[in-house]
Amino acid sequence: MAEKILMKGNEAIAHAAIRCGCDGYFGYPITPQSEIMETLMEEQPWETTGMVVLQAESETSSINMLYGGASCGKKVMTSSSSPGLSLMCEGLSYLAGAELPCLVVNVVRGGPGLGTIQPGQGDYFQACKGGGHGDYRMIVLAPASAQEMYDFVDLSFELAFKYRNPAMILSDGVIGQMMEKVELRPMKPRWTNEEIIKSMPWATTGKTPDRKQNVITSLALDAAVHERLNHTLIAKYKQMEDEEVRFESVQCEDAEHVIVAYGCMARICESTIEMARKEGIKLGLLRPITLFPFPKKEINRLVPHLKSMMSVELSTGQMLEDVQLAVNGRIPVNFFGRLGGIVPSPEEVLEAFKNSINK
Amino acid sequence: MDIKDIMKPENMVYSKTPVLTSTTMHYCPGCSHGTVHKLIAEVIEEMGIQEKTIGISPVGCAVFAYNYVDIDWQQAAHGRAPALATATKRLHPEKYVFTYQGDGDLASIGTAEIMHACNRGENIVVIFINNGIYGMTGGQMAPTTLIGMKTATSPYGRDPKLHGMPLKITNLIAQLDGTCYVTRQAVHNAAAARKTKRAIRKAFENSALGKGTSFVEVVSTCNSGWKLSPVAANEWMVENMFPEYPMGDLKDR
Repeated sequence: MAEKILMKGNEAIAHAAIRCGCDGYFGYPITPQSEIMETLMEEQPWETTGMVVLQAESETSSINMLYGGASCGKKVMTSSSSPGLSLMCEGLSYLAGAELPCLVVNVVRGGPGLGTIQPGQGDYFQACKGGGHGDYRMIVLAPASAQEMYDFVDLSFELAFKYRNPAMILSDGVIGQMMEKVELRPMKPRWTNEEIIKSMPWATTGKTPDRKQNVITSLALDAAVHERLNHTLIAKYKQMEDEEVRFESVQCEDAEHVIVAYGCMARICESTIEMARKEGIKLGLLRPITLFPFPKKEINRLVPHLKSMMSVELSTGQMLEDVQLAVNGRIPVNFFGRLGGIVPSPEEVLEAFKNSINK
Repeated sequence: MDIKDIMKPENMVYSKTPVLTSTTMHYCPGCSHGTVHKLIAEVIEEMGIQEKTIGISPVGCAVFAYNYVDIDWQQAAHGRAPALATATKRLHPEKYVFTYQGDGDLASIGTAEIMHACNRGENIVVIFINNGIYGMTGGQMAPTTLIGMKTATSPYGRDPKLHGMPLKITNLIAQLDGTCYVTRQAVHNAAAARKTKRAIRKAFENSALGKGTSFVEVVSTCNSGWKLSPVAANEWMVENMFPEYPMGDLKDR
């Protein structure tokens, strides 16, 4: 039987990185995700797999270290929490513009500003709508368990390299700090330099006489070239929307009402659904696993059979807007959210749901 | 005697290094960038490290350095080149990694990145072009702009009460334990260019020896930004820039 270990979601990220063949982690401490770098430093993977782990001087520097490492075709990652992610947005825009693969983990806390170190989901817009400047998107995965924290590391790298685009794990302080059993997957070796040269002919691996120089840049001063670059990016994002949507559906097939929630709130809402069902209310849960691409088509499929939907978030209503866009005015879309790190109970969500349909 | 009789390999006294591409440079006539590019390309050729060298280009006039030096390049966000170089060198310890940065890039927006890369003693080479002005953006004041110098954002001359004093960042870099070689050079005449080339070569050699960060400042002209002819710009530099930024090694260990 596969090995299962009790660990925090944050620790799962670190172990997954080492075991999936990650080449480099560059980060800066910030609550509530510091266990990721702490675990890596304790594990000393440079002695075993050769993975580089470096504490940078800032989040700005971390994300630019990713730009350097990703330019070399290496599997590189960083992790941070909300205020740190704001500092990384410049780099994320450059990474997307230069079509570089990498993994960024955001264990979200409450904002704006220094906000609170308690859990939050207020970085949805930043993660899914850009954050940095220009027209770009990231693949955004939202884990709802420590196991998914672990599994999404490898999955994020797979998707990031498939599309040559940054991927983000958008977690929250609850999932990061929560301890659960995690099954460790088999070790994957790091790619050799020869494998990188073969599979990533664009990478800065050193110009050999048999090829032209490789230049990693997001600069395109020629208007036509720049427009073409943007169209290339848009085509990738469209392909992601066609091929990479992931979600979990709980009792939606006969539901009259559906709650949409991700991350820790999806876990809470699972209990809400069970409680509602016991009372005879046909309530279902749609849990987007990819926040970008968003499961628009699934919402579209469900809407004709529903009386209402409700977005439940630890924010003032951000994913709500994507639900509204998908519903397109056909049924009421309600919202319930708590802030300040206050995680509502399943009972509280059920109460809010009942109020929303009776108003 | 026909010209064909003269153009023979045995009569060749100079040829452009193949590491320098044949692309026409976008730099203004009289600008120091072209000369420094050529020196770097020559060092790469002479050391036989074209396949092993990765350059990090900045934001500023030298953003297009990749068009001229025929190696693999990464183009960084403004000031962030040392962070890119850090990761590249750590993930490719066998490579020669250098950043090429101007004074706005290195001494203003990128101060955190350069200080910490140098303090960690990353085995990289930093080429720092100091012409006391923002070239590509159109001649605005840099941290290295001299007192009284007129720029687009200091039209009445740099006033220390308003803008502070010129930042001698190379002197700060020399204080950091991670650096092994810190020098200040120029390329305004043949002798100076030869010295700068020797400094660049030494910096690349240090990188292979794992001695730490090597930092080569090149006090440079921006005759368009300074609104001077190439010859006058060279003279103005010697007269005004050199007293503030004196030539020579600040550290060599």
